[in-house]
Amino acid sequence: MGNKNEQGGYHAKIMATAIFRNAVCVFLCFLSLIPFWIMIVNATRDSVAIQTSFSLIPSTHIMENFAKLVAQCNENVPLYQYMLNSCIIAGFSTVLVVYFSTFTAYGVVVYKFKGCNFAWAFIMAIMMIPVQVSSIGFFQFMYKLGMSNSYIPLIIPAIASPATVFFMRQYMLSALPLEIVDAARIDGSGEFRTFNTIAIPLMKPAIATQAIFAFIGSWNNFYTPSMILSSQKKYTLPMFVQLMRGERFRSDYGIIYVGLVLTIMPIFIVYFCLSKYIIAGVALGGVKE
Amino acid sequence: MAKTANKKQKTVEYGRYGYFFIAPFFIIFAVFQLWPLIYTIGLAFCEQYTDTMFNTVVGPTFNGVENFKTVFMSRDGVLFDTYTFHSLWNTVIMWLMNFVPQILLALLLAVWFTDTRVKMKAQGAYKMLTFMPNIITAATISVLFYSLFNYPNGPINQVLVSMGILDEPFRFFNDKWATRGIISFINFWMWYGNTMIVLTAGVLGISPSLFEAARVDGANSGQIFRQVTLPLLRPIMLFTLVNSAIGGLQMYDIPKLLTTSGYGDPDYTTRTITMYMRELAFTGAKQMGKASATSVVLFVVTLIVSLVMFYIMRDKDAIKEKKQIKAAQKALAEKQAAAGKGAN
Repeated sequence: MGNKNEQGGYHAKIMATAIFRNAVCVFLCFLSLIPFWIMIVNATRDSVAIQTSFSLIPSTHIMENFAKLVAQCNENVPLYQYMLNSCIIAGFSTVLVVYFSTFTAYGVVVYKFKGCNFAWAFIMAIMMIPVQVSSIGFFQFMYKLGMSNSYIPLIIPAIASPATVFFMRQYMLSALPLEIVDAARIDGSGEFRTFNTIAIPLMKPAIATQAIFAFIGSWNNFYTPSMILSSQKKYTLPMFVQLMRGERFRSDYGIIYVGLVLTIMPIFIVYFCLSKYIIAGVALGGVKE
Repeated sequence: MAKTANKKQKTVEYGRYGYFFIAPFFIIFAVFQLWPLIYTIGLAFCEQYTDTMFNTVVGPTFNGVENFKTVFMSRDGVLFDTYTFHSLWNTVIMWLMNFVPQILLALLLAVWFTDTRVKMKAQGAYKMLTFMPNIITAATISVLFYSLFNYPNGPINQVLVSMGILDEPFRFFNDKWATRGIISFINFWMWYGNTMIVLTAGVLGISPSLFEAARVDGANSGQIFRQVTLPLLRPIMLFTLVNSAIGGLQMYDIPKLLTTSGYGDPDYTTRTITMYMRELAFTGAKQMGKASATSVVLFVVTLIVSLVMFYIMRDKDAIKEKKQIKAAQKALAEKQAAAGKGAN
């Protein structure tokens, strides 16, 4: 009897722990969502209502706010222009990041040449250097080359992304048997053709994961574009967010919230479609030690 | 054995292609990252600014360590009492305020999610939602929180007043610690999900037989956590720590867009070192030289942080173990050699 009671007590304890832990996690999820929910709700309310009371129930003024935002933007640069700019920069740099990172990793993994180990050690060492420390020189140099206010300094440096090269190399070591490369050589395939037609398809899962991260990273980047770009026509979405804090918008909160919703929506959609892969990618990236 | 076999297959005549494959990376790196870094270091020893009266660029002319003098010493000659070091200090404080709770909560969640006795069935959903803020544009989140904490009619003030917690709306962005707290909270809120996923993966990577053995030996949960989980998580915690510290030192988007003026309200107490650097370089007299000296300070601090952390967190036991293994292998080899001789 005593034994049974003890067992019952044990189960009750487990149950209580489970309930407590789940409650904490539900609270944390709530914390993650509530700011976005307030934002969405306020985007649907009119400015006066936002100023006078707090509400968690959506209202009906969203189209009105949206129309006002579009009208406000059209005075200078139409809203879609910012989205388009962000898409162009993020799209091109994503392609460059994944293609050239795989390219570099292929060079380090497949070929044995003088300085091969040094090249790899070098890539590892520069992985930790943040772009911010060299940004003054970067700006000055780009200015001298006449490339300030151009997209080139935002896209081309993507070719050298050490962290992605690192990830690609780790994946390549297990996914690309060197025998396949040799077989292709015997069949008369050139080295670059082997890379494009055999290595790239084998690397697809890693490329997909890294492409998601590269796109999101470039889309969210505020530091470099806000330093390089000076004409408003070329602004990216995060820079538009900065504009919304300015005087012209400060009078009407409905507009600000609608603008924020618009900038977040694309990422929300991407995230809820791909969250499984994104989380798996984060977990993989962390255990690379 | 497999490794040596692979190496043999990397035939020499194809080796030169390797240079073609790594060339784009190194060329672009040299042009867009290495040269700018050298340029920055060079500029740090030069005087360059824009004469605001005539709007002409003065310099760059070499002026030795003059910039570093103004970066390290105030006009009264007090060491470190300068805007550069004040902003560095702000950055460090705000990073610590977010990192300590972040790693603790992430560890706790990682342990909960990997506990085999109390299974969390919904952990996929929890991970998805707690990670979500991490991939949302920091600029947007910052402006969102600016609106939420607005005075006098932001949602937070409305809720606090209507619940009777506050008698009247509070000016969050006029209070040094409130503003720092909000910035740290945003960083914490954006990153703990990421850290938790990384640590969970780390715990899952530990061989389950170790936990079983510990349990059979009668260790309780606390002991298992301290004696098994924590030591084995050390490399991943180091990775998280270094990443977070280096990222934290470069903090820019959130403090830049959160406060009203964008220059670290109130009284520059939330101005980070990158904000100050860009303020020097791109506003007013555009003091590129001094801004470069500030970035050199940031570079050196970043370097020291990563080196010190690697040194402190280096696995002493593993080094010892490696030495022992080497000694044992040597002994074994000698023995075998002796045995081989004997057999011959």
